[in-house]
Amino acid sequence: MTITNQYTEHKADTVTVAKTEPDQFDIGDWTQTVGDPLLDDPRLSARNVDVFYADNQAIHNVSLDVGKNEVIAMIGPSGCGKSTFLRTLNRMNDSIDICRVKGEIILDGHNIYDKSMDVVELRAKVGMVFQKPNPFPKSIYDNVAYGPRIHGLVSRRAELDEVVETALRKAGLWDEAKDRLDKPATGLSGGQQQRLCIARTIAVSPEVILMDEPCSALDPIATARIEELIAELSENYTIAIVTHSMQQAARVSQRTAYFHLGKLIEVGDTDKIFTSPDHKLTEDYITGRFG
Amino acid sequence: MQTSTLILFVLALTVVAYVLGRQRSVQLAQPLGGIKRLHSLPNYYGLMAAVWTGIPALVIVAVWTGMETTVITGTVLSTLPDTYTSVSESQISLTFSRIRNIQLGTIDGSQYPDLVQAGELLQRLTESSQFGKVALTLVISVLGGAYAWLRTSPRLRARPQFEVVLKGFFLLCSTIAIFTTIGIILSVLFESIRFFQSIPFFDFVFGTKWSPQIAIRADQVGSSGAFGAIPLFVGTLLIAAIALLVAVPLGLMSAIYLSEYANSKVRGVVKPLLEVLAGIPTVVYGFFAALTMAPLVRDFFQGIGLDGVSAESALAAGLVMGIMIIPFVSSLSDDVINAVPNSLRDGSYGLGATKSETIRQVVFPAALPGIMGGVLLAASRAIGETMIVVMAAGLAANLTVNPLEAVTTVTVQIATLLVGDQEFDSPKTLAAFALGLMLFITTLLLNIVAMSIVKRFREQYD
Repeated sequence: MTITNQYTEHKADTVTVAKTEPDQFDIGDWTQTVGDPLLDDPRLSARNVDVFYADNQAIHNVSLDVGKNEVIAMIGPSGCGKSTFLRTLNRMNDSIDICRVKGEIILDGHNIYDKSMDVVELRAKVGMVFQKPNPFPKSIYDNVAYGPRIHGLVSRRAELDEVVETALRKAGLWDEAKDRLDKPATGLSGGQQQRLCIARTIAVSPEVILMDEPCSALDPIATARIEELIAELSENYTIAIVTHSMQQAARVSQRTAYFHLGKLIEVGDTDKIFTSPDHKLTEDYITGRFG
Repeated sequence: MQTSTLILFVLALTVVAYVLGRQRSVQLAQPLGGIKRLHSLPNYYGLMAAVWTGIPALVIVAVWTGMETTVITGTVLSTLPDTYTSVSESQISLTFSRIRNIQLGTIDGSQYPDLVQAGELLQRLTESSQFGKVALTLVISVLGGAYAWLRTSPRLRARPQFEVVLKGFFLLCSTIAIFTTIGIILSVLFESIRFFQSIPFFDFVFGTKWSPQIAIRADQVGSSGAFGAIPLFVGTLLIAAIALLVAVPLGLMSAIYLSEYANSKVRGVVKPLLEVLAGIPTVVYGFFAALTMAPLVRDFFQGIGLDGVSAESALAAGLVMGIMIIPFVSSLSDDVINAVPNSLRDGSYGLGATKSETIRQVVFPAALPGIMGGVLLAASRAIGETMIVVMAAGLAANLTVNPLEAVTTVTVQIATLLVGDQEFDSPKTLAAFALGLMLFITTLLLNIVAMSIVKRFREQYD
């Protein structure tokens, strides 16, 4: 799916949601996010973020902190802006001409939308895993070695071998891939490809990993494997994951953020969100009244 | 009736059959409750009627016309005494045209009573053949139409039947190209064999001197004729290599600019402009090469102190030819680069790669098979190009790889050999066919090699 397609899809979905059930899901006099979006010692913090596609506002004044080594899930109906918000966190929206971002996103004390910010450096710190597995048409080894090579992280072949092996081990792909490192990555199964993409991301040693519906193209067994992996990775990395599956959010995350029509409605501990949410909309969504 | 009139008449019958067949199906359906009772739409019944009326009749016309001349000639010649027929083939055809001329009255035939008789036979046979053809064709056409009329019924499965007819038609269309190719190969092959009867094969393929002048009179000096093809092929490959050295980098980079960097406005203007290059007639490129590029090249190299630079050079021709084939590389490459999925680019950007790193390491390898296709097309254009070389690189068959000297190419020599009054049994003329055959084999081999390279990359990258 191209970036532009995703955008048009979002826009279309927004319109349908608003049109079909205008009264029930009207956000009305929404003023502030319910729950506790802010943390004491965040790894990444967004402040008053607005995102526009041309004149169409996709994200309204979102403030949200992501803590160290936590997994935060972003849920919400289609077109609620959760993917758009995720993409603002490592400036993947830059490549869309009509997209504008207002507000601040602070990583390590710097606003990533500052003019002095080096996007290449930022994306090395904030890695991303996409909805559809997108291995490069290269060998498995070259896929994982891609990041370390372009960033010059290693100087000798032996070091590179080590980085590749570590990343594949962390992604739980080493045992399956070690005998076919020089084979095309496109020969792997869907779930293996997605784990390869995760290995590729962690080979650069990022601080934060963004995952945009990483399991939506996978079968249940591969999904379970990725979810296990997310739990293991959260010991060392901060992970923000967008997901359509509420069960998945409940299983993998410590905190959950609920988005609706471009607004951040409620943020809180995952247990609380899924048992006793404070906002009516959150409750309606998690009990399956829409979405 | 002329054959062309006959064909038009059959086509008219076909149209009538279509209308009648359509009407008949509608009429048959009416008592049953309208056309929804028909197996197929009325259109298909009309089409099937047209097929039955037209196709068998047209096949008859084609076969009859194809055989008629041979049969008639054979019959007429068989009535002549042995003195006429036991001679060489060209003599017989001379006799036959004399028969025709006597019959038409352009030659006085009183000296040749045999031929006058044969002429009358020819006249009779031609007339009856023409009559038979018209009669048989019309009868078959009408019979076909009647058959279609009779078999039209609401249960006739006209729609799938028409599908079968179409399938056959498409098959025929695709085989026409193949048969044409085979025909071209055979005609070139036979002429080449005649050539190799007078010039040994190895002298031609491995000879290093090309000078196709043949002495017409026995006492003529200095025109013994030398048919070594090596200088021509070296010249061809030299110019094509120069052209590709220009076109591949420029075309590829403009494709990368257009597909990865340019915004849609710039792209909308630049891409059609680039493609205009492909639409300029090669003669115009030839002027440009001869009048502008060649003097520039000469002056430049004289300026940096090289002596003896020729006014006609492989370099000038190659450079201009390179410009000409840029669109082949750029347009095709642009298309395949655009076809590389954006998810791959996103993946690379997401790892912190810059645009140029992404292009070099992800987009380009993924697009490589398609880019190779464009380069191949450009290369075959460069090898086949004639006009620019005639005007800018000259006709001198020097065996050299120095791009500053005049060289000539295979296609230029073929054109030169066949221009003007020629006897078709002298090696000089026949050499053109041998050259054509060699060129055909060379480009075929190039294509096979390139295809196998592409295939290897494709297996690796898909």
